[in-house]
Amino acid sequence: MARITAGVGCSHVPAIGVAMDTGITDEPYWQPVFDGFKKSREWMKQQNPDVIFLVYNDHCTAFDASCIPTFALGCAAEFTPADEGWGPRPVPVVKNHQKLASHIAQSLVLDEFDITIMNEMEVDHGLTVPLSVMYGEVPQDGEWPALVIPLAVNVVQYPAPTGNRCYNLGKAIRRAIDAYDEDLNVMIFGTGGMSHQLQYKRAGLINADWDNRFLDMMANDPVAASQIKHVEYLRETGSEGIEMVMWLVMRGALDEKVTEVHRHYHVPASNTAVGHIILENHD
Amino acid sequence: MADRSDKPYEDIPGTFVFDADRSREGYHLNQFCISLRLQKNREAFNAGEEAYLDKYPMTAEQREAVLKRDWNRLLELGGNIYYTSKLAANDGINFQNLAGLMTGMGVEAYRDMMLHGGRPIEGNRSKSEWEEE
Repeated sequence: MARITAGVGCSHVPAIGVAMDTGITDEPYWQPVFDGFKKSREWMKQQNPDVIFLVYNDHCTAFDASCIPTFALGCAAEFTPADEGWGPRPVPVVKNHQKLASHIAQSLVLDEFDITIMNEMEVDHGLTVPLSVMYGEVPQDGEWPALVIPLAVNVVQYPAPTGNRCYNLGKAIRRAIDAYDEDLNVMIFGTGGMSHQLQYKRAGLINADWDNRFLDMMANDPVAASQIKHVEYLRETGSEGIEMVMWLVMRGALDEKVTEVHRHYHVPASNTAVGHIILENHD
Repeated sequence: MADRSDKPYEDIPGTFVFDADRSREGYHLNQFCISLRLQKNREAFNAGEEAYLDKYPMTAEQREAVLKRDWNRLLELGGNIYYTSKLAANDGINFQNLAGLMTGMGVEAYRDMMLHGGRPIEGNRSKSEWEEE
């Protein structure tokens, strides 16, 4: 049977992708960001997942303002890295486990989570940067070591889905994957955050105390984290900090009690606090 | 129950929450901005901004803010940062440098603030803490 073995939370700052793509990760500005992923890359090699269910948000790339699905599940055979306005990232095409994705889509709707099904979709830095930080550089003509099922969550137009809804969706994803009859090691990534505000006069807001409490809750008290209100994210972590609801999808798909394997927190990467956590299921 | 009272986030200083009202007001502006995601459209826009903008039925104020690259005005008129950043990218301005412009701090001072831990939350939670807002 397929099983979810671990969850990963991590930021998906576009500048991190640029730093990797232009080979400047050893510069003093970037070194402390990437040092925190050394252990993660070793861990990924050891765990070697077959499939990554990757929760992220599209930054007005695949979706423009004409269509704003709250939850969009990637069911296409593959996903091409998009031109976001500065040229596509030089990373491999992302390949899906299409049968598992279709199974999850069907299971979620019958479980009363009415997701949107994407049979064609380009993917932006929100999806490819987490893969890059966890795997390291992969040449454009190479292959990502795992298949990837993308779930794009609307966090651009208010309101994003509530943390509670995301947490419960994670549980439904877990039920779907647990019921899939193929021996697969599946990981789930929740990406985005942590505190950051990209816009207007309060841009640059960082709230490290709040972020670290959130990381603690991810490890030990996910139900409390699921009850955080939108206005708290917006006020305390910046207008783009609301992305952290996506970590709750990941957390909902894990056991209630997990083992924290690794944690990393660093300010800044561009405008953003970089947060990262690895949580393993017990069985 | 979720809090459905009227926009509790309006009290946050220096921030536009991109809600349904802003999305409606900014629709054509944002659709113009996202068109610049593609190279052929960037080329067409850069070859003649006025003619390119004629394709998008935005308001005169929005159009003027685009032509003047008035980044804060674009947000006031319903623009969203993920859209306006496409216009900035076309001009060679990345997210961090755009923030330097929007905050009025300038690129160097803004970058320096981020290197020293960013803008603190203390004093930045509500409009009552900001003299100008």
